[in-house]
Amino acid sequence: MWELIRANKRNSIILMVLMAAVLLVLGFVIGLAFFGPGGARFGLVIAIFIWLILTMISFSSGDQILLASSKAKPVTHDDYPQLFNIVEEMKIAAALPAMPKVYIIADPAPNAFATGRTPKSAAVAVTAGLLGRLNRDELQGVIAHEVSHILHRDILFVTLAGIMLGSIVLISQVFLRGMFYSSMGSRRRYSSGGGGGQAQLIMLVLAIIAAILAPIMAYLLYFALSRRREYLADAGAARLTRYPEGLAGALEEIANDKSPQLASVNKVTAPMYIVNPFKRKGQMKLSDLTSTHPPISERIRILRNMTHGASFKDYSDSFTNVTKTRTVVPPTALTKEDIALRQASAEAKKKQRLQTQMRQVGDIMRKINEFAFLACLCGLKLKIPPNFKGESVICPRCRRKLDIPEDS
Amino acid sequence: MAVLIIVVAVLVLLILSIIAIFNALVRLRNQVGNAWSQIDVQLKRRHDLIPNLVETAKGYMKHERETFEEITKARSRAMGAKTVTEASKAEGALGEALSKFLLVVENYPDLKANQNFLSVQEELTSTENKISFARQSYNDQVLFFNNKIQMFPSNIIANVFKFTKRDFFELEAPAEREVPKVSFT
Repeated sequence: MWELIRANKRNSIILMVLMAAVLLVLGFVIGLAFFGPGGARFGLVIAIFIWLILTMISFSSGDQILLASSKAKPVTHDDYPQLFNIVEEMKIAAALPAMPKVYIIADPAPNAFATGRTPKSAAVAVTAGLLGRLNRDELQGVIAHEVSHILHRDILFVTLAGIMLGSIVLISQVFLRGMFYSSMGSRRRYSSGGGGGQAQLIMLVLAIIAAILAPIMAYLLYFALSRRREYLADAGAARLTRYPEGLAGALEEIANDKSPQLASVNKVTAPMYIVNPFKRKGQMKLSDLTSTHPPISERIRILRNMTHGASFKDYSDSFTNVTKTRTVVPPTALTKEDIALRQASAEAKKKQRLQTQMRQVGDIMRKINEFAFLACLCGLKLKIPPNFKGESVICPRCRRKLDIPEDS
Repeated sequence: MAVLIIVVAVLVLLILSIIAIFNALVRLRNQVGNAWSQIDVQLKRRHDLIPNLVETAKGYMKHERETFEEITKARSRAMGAKTVTEASKAEGALGEALSKFLLVVENYPDLKANQNFLSVQEELTSTENKISFARQSYNDQVLFFNNKIQMFPSNIIANVFKFTKRDFFELEAPAEREVPKVSFT
């Protein structure tokens, strides 16, 4: 366990250094191309400056920005006891130093993510679609996956690497657009200098190539590591819950989902989620290099193949069995542990009817969003949105006129 | 002169490594203690929930007097336990009684429709889970700690400063592994 966390931290640092190198080279080359030999230092300073500012913002309020941009609403134990209890169960299993904050996203697409800086100040967000579709064991599997991300220190890594990636993309975009718009006016400058102009022209071509290649390289680095982390978080979830079938069932349920893709998501935040929030149409076997997540079917097969126990070693064995490739689990984490699997909980066996569960989640979402509830005498429950104007409504079933209480 | 410097350097290194190992051991011991208090919190919560549960369910389940008595008895025995072994036995029996109860509940649709009962049931289910997860994490920490104080070189320091092995917490109910009886009357 601790070995895994250590290896993960080391990998994060290596990745950060590599990305920083890409960023610095980019700044250097662009500076050189724009302002000649003296400009290289200037380019470097600008690149570092942009990166520092973004890092400072992400360190101080990155999780808040992410939660706000995904329209997540905080919930308490009273709003949704089951969800809150499950998060607390996993917090205890993982021995986290503090209870993560719990958020719900009002979106029918089933998905979840974790964010925060340290295990002490972490947050877990799940969509309403996820809550409506999973039973208790499955939801526990998903939360265990997210808590594993917190435990493995992936949350800080994703935030920082995402910011670094963001600055690289920003700088190269600004440069390329600047090139495009200024190409007419500045052409003369490069042709008038004779030999020196030629050297600068070569630098300029190099800079354009760098500006195109840098973001691609940064993306590839980022994605390669985020895929690995998904596998490791799956392994962690199996170990925490002692029940790989919970997460496997949840992933299957998510994979079979037909609702439209998550509304508030972009390329940089995508690796945070438990499954890739972008739904591909048609072509499924797009290059593995550019995907942020391992294929769901493969993750399910690995989890279902763990029949002997729930340790990292068992996951790793199952992984090599299913994928026929080298394991993703660092060798130091492969100590022999004897962890028995548990049975499905009694509650999970009797699957609630999907419709009732969806309706319950819907009511909870409306409560969080300050809807008012009115019970009509005919038995119909009316839900009044907070921005509803007027003092009464007509019941759509029995045509009775109902007054809306003032304080809602 | 050179010999003296080497001797001093070795001594300083030795002392520093002793300090490091000692601190690591203390940290581990505190983690074990913390994990134990997590179990304790959840066990207390379980004890607190039971009167509420019995009160809510009693009216609906007139024929299950025995089950309630068993739960109440197991609860008071668990609350009176003094040692870790005693506590694990009593808590194991209580857990067994509660899971039997949660199975019997399936026969009472009226009770299952009661909103009050549903929320108590969710709390109880979750508390049972929390106990087993806390136990799981405690045993992990104990294993790690025990390994550390038995392995070289930390075993020397553990011996000198009297770090002792901790017991695992097993919730095993004696001779209660049979399938609970469910009557359909």
